[in-house]
Order: sequence, then C-alpha cells, then structure tokens
Amino acid sequence: MPDSKVEDLSTAVGRIEPGSTVATGLALEHAIPFAAGHELVRQGTDGLTLVGPISDILFDQLVAAGLVDKVRAAWVGNVSAGTGYSFRRAVEDGELDVENHSNFSIALSLKAGAMGVPYLPTRSLLGSDVFEENDRFREAEDPYSGDRLAVVPAITPDWAIVHVQRASPYGDAHFWGNSGVTFEGVDAARDTLVVAEEIVDPEVIKSDPSRTEITRESVTAVAEVSYGAHPSPLAGRYNRDNAFYVDYAERTNDPEGAEAWLDTWVDSVPGRAAYMERIERDLSVSERTVAAEVEYGQ
Amino acid sequence: MDSDAYTDRELMVAATAREIDDGDVAFVGMRLPLIAFQVAVSTHASNAISVFESGVVRDDPASGFLHTMCDLPNIDGAVSTTSMMDVMSRLQRGDVDVGFLGGAEIDRYGNLNTTRVSSESGQVRLPGSGGACDIACLSGRTVILMAHEPRRFVERVTYNTSPGHGDGGDWRARESVSGGGPETLVTTKATFGFDDDGEMYVRSLHPGTSLEDIADDFPWDIRTAADVSGETVGRTTPPSETALDLIRTFDPDGFWTR
Repeated sequence: MPDSKVEDLSTAVGRIEPGSTVATGLALEHAIPFAAGHELVRQGTDGLTLVGPISDILFDQLVAAGLVDKVRAAWVGNVSAGTGYSFRRAVEDGELDVENHSNFSIALSLKAGAMGVPYLPTRSLLGSDVFEENDRFREAEDPYSGDRLAVVPAITPDWAIVHVQRASPYGDAHFWGNSGVTFEGVDAARDTLVVAEEIVDPEVIKSDPSRTEITRESVTAVAEVSYGAHPSPLAGRYNRDNAFYVDYAERTNDPEGAEAWLDTWVDSVPGRAAYMERIERDLSVSERTVAAEVEYGQ
Repeated sequence: MDSDAYTDRELMVAATAREIDDGDVAFVGMRLPLIAFQVAVSTHASNAISVFESGVVRDDPASGFLHTMCDLPNIDGAVSTTSMMDVMSRLQRGDVDVGFLGGAEIDRYGNLNTTRVSSESGQVRLPGSGGACDIACLSGRTVILMAHEPRRFVERVTYNTSPGHGDGGDWRARESVSGGGPETLVTTKATFGFDDDGEMYVRSLHPGTSLEDIADDFPWDIRTAADVSGETVGRTTPPSETALDLIRTFDPDGFWTR
C-alpha cells in the first residue's frame, strides 16, 4: 500500500523553511488556503517570497505579519474593498520588493516551470511598463515569422500551497470549479502542500479520474482542514464571506489595526475549528447543484 | 427617464452593457462589468459569452449576486470552469472581442495606470495589473470604466499598466501590441470614443452634464465628436426600465451601483 502523506496542518506547514518561495492563492478569489497561511504566521516562517496571480487578502496578511521579503504577483489587494493596506504600507516604506506581473505572465512563468522549459513567449506585455520595468522579461524575435514577442522566464517555487475539495491520503486530489493557475503552480513547485476540505478513500478519487487534477508524485503533504479556505469560497462547499473582507479592510488601515487583527484572528486562535467558531454567518451552500451522473466502466 | 431615477453607476452599467454586441466573447473581470455582462446577455446580446481569467465561462446571468468572478453563483451553472491558461490563450489567439478595464489614471491616448501614482506625500502603491495588461494588449477592443474625477485625467500616465493607443497613430502596430485598443471610455459624466489617431474625444454627455462642465477636467484640450466627425456631441441614452430592473436584480443591495 502506498504511504500516507497525511499530517496535521501545523506539522505540514512546519516543513516550509524560512526563506522559501511559496506559490499560493492560485485559483484567484476561489479556494485560497487561508488556514495554511495563518499557520505560517503562527510559526513565524519569515523571509518568504510569495508568488501568485491576484492574492486577495492572504498576501496582505502575510506581509502584515512581517514574513515577506518579496512578492511576485499581478495584483495584491482586497478584491471587495480595493486596497490591501499592509501591502501598500510595506511598498511605500521600501520594506517590500515587488516584481510586477500581469496575470498571464504569472501563468506563463508557472507553466514554463511546470513544462520544464526555461521560458515561454507571449504577445502580451509588449508596450506596457509591466514589461519595461522588469528586466527578467525580454524581447525576442520569433525565429519562424520574425514577429516581436515578449519572453517570460520560468518560476519554480519551493512550495505550492493549494486548497482542494477532497484528496486521498496518498495526495491524489479532486478539484472542481475554476482553477486559475493552481495546477501550473503545483507542477512548477518542488513541493506541494495539499490542504483538503476532506480526506477520502482512494477509491473515491478513482471513481472519477477525470476530476483528479493533482496526483501524488507532486504532493509532499496532505492536511485535512474543514473551512480551510474561509473567507474565500470553495465550489460546492461554502460561499465567499464578503463581510469578512470588508471588515478586514476597515480594521487594518493602520499598522496597529493590522497587528490587532492578526492577534485576534491568527495568533490567539489555535487552529481552524476555533477560528470558525467565531464566524456566525451561514456560508453553506443553500441550493445544491448535483452534476449529472458520470459513468466509466468496461 | 428622469436622471434622478437612477444612479451614475447604474447609467454606467447600462451604457457598458450596450457596448457588448450579440455574439461577442466578452472578457469581464471585476466590479461594474460583472453586472453589465449580465444585463447585456439578458437583453440584446443573448448569444454573448463571458470569460473570466479565473477560468469561468458563462452564457447567462449568475444565479445570485456577485462580489467577485469566483463567487459560487458565477461557478454554479457555468458553461465551463477551466483555467487561466485556457482563458488567456483564447485572448492571445484573438478570440476575445471585447474586454473591460478600469484605472486610477488615464491619458489622452487611453493608456491606463493601476500600479502606482504620485501624490503630495510621495508615491502611492495601487494593487497592480491583475489581468488588465493582458486584456489591454490582446482584446479585439476595450471598454474602459472610470469615475469622472479630474485627478484621473493626466497628460501621460506615470506607469503604463495597460497600454491604450500609446502616443497615438500607429503606435500599437509599431510596438507589436496585437489587439485593437480602447474604443470607448464610460465615466460618470460622459462617454468618450477614440479617433483614428487614437486620441480620446467626447462622444456623448450623460443627462445633466454639459461640455463646459467637463472641459476643464482635462490637462489638454479635449476634442469632441464635432471635431472628429462633424457630428454633434450626443446625449447618452439613459438606462431603460428593463435595464434598470435587471441591474437592481443583479445588484439588489446596490453594492456596486449605488
């Protein structure tokens, strides 16, 4: 029988060393691994380089906790409220190095890493200051047509942290709903932590192999955390807790507020169950949509 | 309809919805365009498709209110929930007819800045591009939505996050920027087109706004439809009863539009 990769979240996150490059928040506003991010804060894993397309408020929280040296992303803020104040303060105070990307350039960077090639070309970026100000992006001539293209170098993170609906103990995972750059991130990273809403029997995964988006050889550890993506939504499981994002913006627009927020929601809660006890809003899926039955067989 | 019967942003959504043609593939993104696509596909553009960089592809309104493109009502009942590479590849190969953009700053040629601006106290960091740079470079045409505030109109953007018509003329072709660039700007006071040289001009004024009201908002002499084509500057069509009903159905608490 294959080895189980199941660990509690604290042990799994403990594998991530200070100074690591971590790709997370890869499904955009969907399925953001907030529980794992908060565990990074509790463990004080600092010196991080964060990689992602848009981060919503997870990157802002990790910046607020003083864990981040560099961000390589297309957008950092609060999708409901606009500004991520801790990110903004850190950049304006010169405390945070930012490599500005577009969503597509982050996707191409991780795809190149996932494909094992040094770079990928694109027709995006040229003409923008996103291109002009990043000396890692280069202009190249298509050797076939002579067209001018931008080339985007691979990013190969040390870790990807992703949240999924269900995974087997071996690390094979089902994921549904929009995926953003989740699977490119997993394939590009040296190690992946899969945080699953539910750990299921391997036969559940094998009953629907077309829904298996991550397989075990990419996965270092699996942790089961119910509501581990809150306040982001998870398809088929729970809705976005928008009021939480608005409240976060209101409470973190000065450094003292950000510190108090981290104390209230991260440092003083031992784990996700205690955290969720403080959420009174009902976020559960109220009108279920059940997919038409899918059959395999022989 | 009386102009106090709707908000500025409801008018913007209705005007933006009219920019989506039947059969278009529309790259939607965030905020007001989330509502505008749903209005368009419910009225004159039943064959339009929306794509979102998160990977969502839809052919109808979401089943409930959307704060973001990834809210469950946008995923539930979608035609497809795929990946960013899939959606960005559609954009890159020229399959997206119209894309929507916003910005903290816009200049005469429709270049947009969402990365950083200067203020009296120094540089202000903004969230960044997201998918905007890609949409600006690669969409068949773009529609820009912005609050009408004089500080947002600048001679030249301090950071060109999302290229418009560059410095005008054949700039996009010279710089190998493949999409068509800005076609329309919708603000809270007027709609603007872009002339053959890529320069912004006043196309129509929203009810209650005169040319004199807005002329000083620009650090350059803003051109008008009369300068460009000899036509008089039009009056923006107010939202229809149907459009308003739909906007208030898709945004029942006015989170985006009030």
